[in-house]
Amino acid sequence: MIPAPFTYRRARTVEEAVDLAAEAGDEGKFLAGGHSLLPLMKLRFAVPEVLIDIGRLAELSRHHDLEHSALLAAELPLLARAAGAVGDPQVRHRGTIGGSLVHADAASDLPAVGLALDATLVARGPSGSREIAMTDFFRGLFETALEPGELLTEIRIRRPAERGWSFQKFTKRAIDWAIVGVAVQGGRVALVNMDSVPARAGGVERALAAGDGPAAAAAHAAEGTSPVSDINASAAYREHLARVLTARALAEAASRN
Amino acid sequence: VKVAIGVNGRQVEAEVEDRLLLVHFVREVAGLTATNIGCDTTSCGACTVLLDGESVKSCTVLAAQADGCEVTTCEGLTGSDGRWHAVQRGFHAEHGVQCGFCTPGMIMAAVSLLAENPDPTVAQVRAGLEGNICRCTGYHNIVRAVLAAARDGRLPGGGSPAGAADPAEEPA
Repeated sequence: MIPAPFTYRRARTVEEAVDLAAEAGDEGKFLAGGHSLLPLMKLRFAVPEVLIDIGRLAELSRHHDLEHSALLAAELPLLARAAGAVGDPQVRHRGTIGGSLVHADAASDLPAVGLALDATLVARGPSGSREIAMTDFFRGLFETALEPGELLTEIRIRRPAERGWSFQKFTKRAIDWAIVGVAVQGGRVALVNMDSVPARAGGVERALAAGDGPAAAAAHAAEGTSPVSDINASAAYREHLARVLTARALAEAASRN
Repeated sequence: VKVAIGVNGRQVEAEVEDRLLLVHFVREVAGLTATNIGCDTTSCGACTVLLDGESVKSCTVLAAQADGCEVTTCEGLTGSDGRWHAVQRGFHAEHGVQCGFCTPGMIMAAVSLLAENPDPTVAQVRAGLEGNICRCTGYHNIVRAVLAAARDGRLPGGGSPAGAADPAEEPA
């Protein structure tokens, strides 16, 4: 399969990328690692007329970089661990955290991790930069708060006050997307693939804040979610998995506090 | 778009369609057909090549993205003296081959794995090859082949894996 025709442009700086995007208008799309976008283009789910390649920008962090970062291993092990669980080594050599966040696939691991870490995103557009809270970022199916032509340039994460963390991912094969996943950092809990958007598990977080233990809090994991039924799992099975994986994640996080 | 891509040490320049995939560049422009097209969906790993020393699935990279980079395919592992690479010798010695379709991709994934981790455990070999599918299910011998290559690469005169890096130099 070959994507539909497009014009390829390579940006050497963030400024040039934003300029090229403004020039391309609605028909432009940024290309980072390309491991979400190119498969969609082969299937004609995405048909951009202009691809703006930001893959050479020094600002990018690939999953492979995060997975092997000594700094992250010490300070944000949740992010290092989850990045190492994305796809397979070849995918991690190309895919980037920024690309994963803006692609906003509810079945991807790093959006939930960004929510659990309460990250702040910085976007650059033609009229300047602005900050977007992670909790305001995901708006709908594959839809984010980014305006057309805006480029994600920074992901800011504070050193977590509560050190306990866990990342749980249930898959059929190692390289698959999560059927369900859970990311926990302290009292923040986010779910992978339990809704059309990556989302925090509010019921679990409220139960934890009220003093519930891991098992009691995890019973709320599927509240307010609307998981799909597909070839891998029914919605009811996903709800069950969310409760089981959240209980494991909270117990593991508690053991790391 | 005009691209210049080093393929196994040879500079290949061509005017190609912007949408040309790297795997088609390797097979049809550079004329090297060891690299197979399997699933074409980033799943099977048959099209794995090294891009600047790291394994990638060349069905999910544009030739334009590889402009100015160095690509290594299975053909590029054999020395100019005809001597096989340690990983090729391992696959031969341990019969890490059944129908052979996945083999070039497996070998390139293994070269990348050993470059990052020259002395992997069995579990690390299996995890390192998770992106490559052998539809004959010949995984046991493939794992043995990679472990044999790791041993071979450590022997004096054994020929270390191409691009082997000190793990201490892993970028942070």
